[in-house]
Amino acid sequence: MSTVARFHIDHVRFLDPQGEALGPLPDFARDPAQLVPMYRAMYLTRTFDAKAIALQRTGKLGTFASALGQEAIGVGVASAMRAEDALFPSYREHAAQLVRGVRIEESLRYWGGDERGSDFAQARHDFPNCVPIGTQVCHAAGAAYAFKLRGEARAAVCFLGDGGSSKGDFYEGLNFAAVWKAPLLIVVSNNQWAISVPRSAQSATATLAQKAIAAGVEGVQVDGNDLVAVHHVAREALAKARAGGRPTLIEAVTYRLGDHTTADDASRYRDPAVVQEQWSFEPLTRLRNHLVGLGAWGPDKEEALARECTETVNAAVEAYLNTPPPTTAAMFEHLFATLPAALVAQRDEALRFTPRKAGGQPGGDHG
Amino acid sequence: MRMSYREALRLALREALQNDARVFLMGEDVGRYGGSYAVSKGLLEEFGPERIRDTPLSELGFVGAGVGAALGGLRPIVEVMTVNFSLLALDQIVNSAALLRHMSGGQCSVPLVLRMATGAGRQLGAQHSHSLENWYAHIPGIRVLAPATVADARGMLAPALADPDPVVIFEHAQLYNLEDELPDDWRCDIARAAVRRAGAQASVFAYGGCLPKALQAAEELAAQGVEVEVVDLRVLRPLDIDTVAASVRRTHRAVVVDEGWRSGSLAAELIARIVETCFYELDAPPARVCSEEVPIPYAKHLEEAALPQVPKIVAAVKELLNV
Repeated sequence: MSTVARFHIDHVRFLDPQGEALGPLPDFARDPAQLVPMYRAMYLTRTFDAKAIALQRTGKLGTFASALGQEAIGVGVASAMRAEDALFPSYREHAAQLVRGVRIEESLRYWGGDERGSDFAQARHDFPNCVPIGTQVCHAAGAAYAFKLRGEARAAVCFLGDGGSSKGDFYEGLNFAAVWKAPLLIVVSNNQWAISVPRSAQSATATLAQKAIAAGVEGVQVDGNDLVAVHHVAREALAKARAGGRPTLIEAVTYRLGDHTTADDASRYRDPAVVQEQWSFEPLTRLRNHLVGLGAWGPDKEEALARECTETVNAAVEAYLNTPPPTTAAMFEHLFATLPAALVAQRDEALRFTPRKAGGQPGGDHG
Repeated sequence: MRMSYREALRLALREALQNDARVFLMGEDVGRYGGSYAVSKGLLEEFGPERIRDTPLSELGFVGAGVGAALGGLRPIVEVMTVNFSLLALDQIVNSAALLRHMSGGQCSVPLVLRMATGAGRQLGAQHSHSLENWYAHIPGIRVLAPATVADARGMLAPALADPDPVVIFEHAQLYNLEDELPDDWRCDIARAAVRRAGAQASVFAYGGCLPKALQAAEELAAQGVEVEVVDLRVLRPLDIDTVAASVRRTHRAVVVDEGWRSGSLAAELIARIVETCFYELDAPPARVCSEEVPIPYAKHLEEAALPQVPKIVAAVKELLNV
């Protein structure tokens, strides 16, 4: 017997939970000009998140999936992307979307049941939130292949969760990207929970990153609550993708501090003490402490940032609440590029039974 | 020029690949093997492995990749070996391809062409003989085509590729060897059904693999002095009800031939439309000839017995006319 192949999985972490450097840092991690915008994006995400939950609780938004505790992953990865790259998000990656230029009022419209919210004013290359689990991995692999075939130095970046990594779509998309040498970055935000199913019941593998190995893809595990580590690894993976069309799988280890969605109550299936303990690893404090250590941050700046984020979010909420809900005709609007005659008749029929003035807030009826 | 349905499909593929660098073909065995029904034979040598792309064995994966490639600016033609295997990719077709324009508020366009063989009659057993065109015709957001002639095999691909929305093309497995003269004007309007034979006494509606059977039945009926009009539905979604209704208004009798199972079939939908639009034009209740509602048998005689056949169509027309 002989060993024909041997593999290992690296775990990358630069800052400990208190924000202390564990060793030499990459250049960007000592540069406040690069770090502060990422801290701001994380803070804005968290502010938005809290507001969205409040809107849902008061009947002004549909079901919402919080990214609480996972902000460093979306921000760290999306900040490494170029405008021309394409994002294929799951439904819990508004941190990445905000960095990509998706507006908060667009996101609110989406969560409020208004599809116009996914017609992004700025992030024109990006996919809408993918609600089916893992299907976007195949889309991202195909888009990455398209970039390659067109000779464009672009990459596709796909987010999914730990549960999604059990799906066939995930394995198939991964396999495609590998054999086609497609410029794809797959990020598994491993927040330890697929609704109520814990990571231990999801997969018997020691890491999720090692799932890449079977496909011939480089897999790396990163501390998903360490913005520096996430951003560093994403930069390297994207440079590799653009240069030679090679995929990477990043498993970003984090913890879902909130419920699965506003339709969930996680206290029914997990110990609040464990969740409380996880708060000591959350990403904002860690990066803030690091910025303070660099002499680039203090209470004044924190206060100003909090005020600015609240104002930004409140303005977006106002814009959202002042947007008239989509009309009945909108159901038919984006079914085809041009509506077939038979459907024109159905639309007209539907309009006959529609009150002239649509009432209520979009999403107000959701759970 | 005389050619087979298969050759006509290949000609259309070659033309699309030549005319548009964004077009590429992918699927299982489409490259070196030339496609499981030999449609893409020779294309690998002509266009290379990046544009004639053999895929791993994963329908879900490559149909999803096709959706992504379409969003990424290409014009993918995805060959799913047969409709039977497309069931593995239904989620990508129904939940992604058909919905992304809607789910993105109009930002995403999925100009994807999915080709797949369909139908029974080749003794491939219950799991490889499905006719599930009606499943796809049920879905808003996609266009469903069924070329039944050499001309349509030649002419449907270009407008399907030009369509900014997903198009599913069903190639009936029994048609690949069909030979006919390719007319000078083979261009195809993928919004319209086509009248294939004129006749005053009844309308026979068919599509795909049932069209040759309907035409054969019309021939036999003519020999017995009964003239029927044969309409090739050709576009299964959205149905061209105008052409259908115009035919019924001419003949006042309708027989629908459909290889799908009767319950919830395209035939059921067509008859509902006929009743809705021209009930008072009808001189008799509409009739239909569908597959028996059993798993399609492997044994040849049983398979033949399960499917719509010429004698069944002839009998249905005669019963309708009471002759």
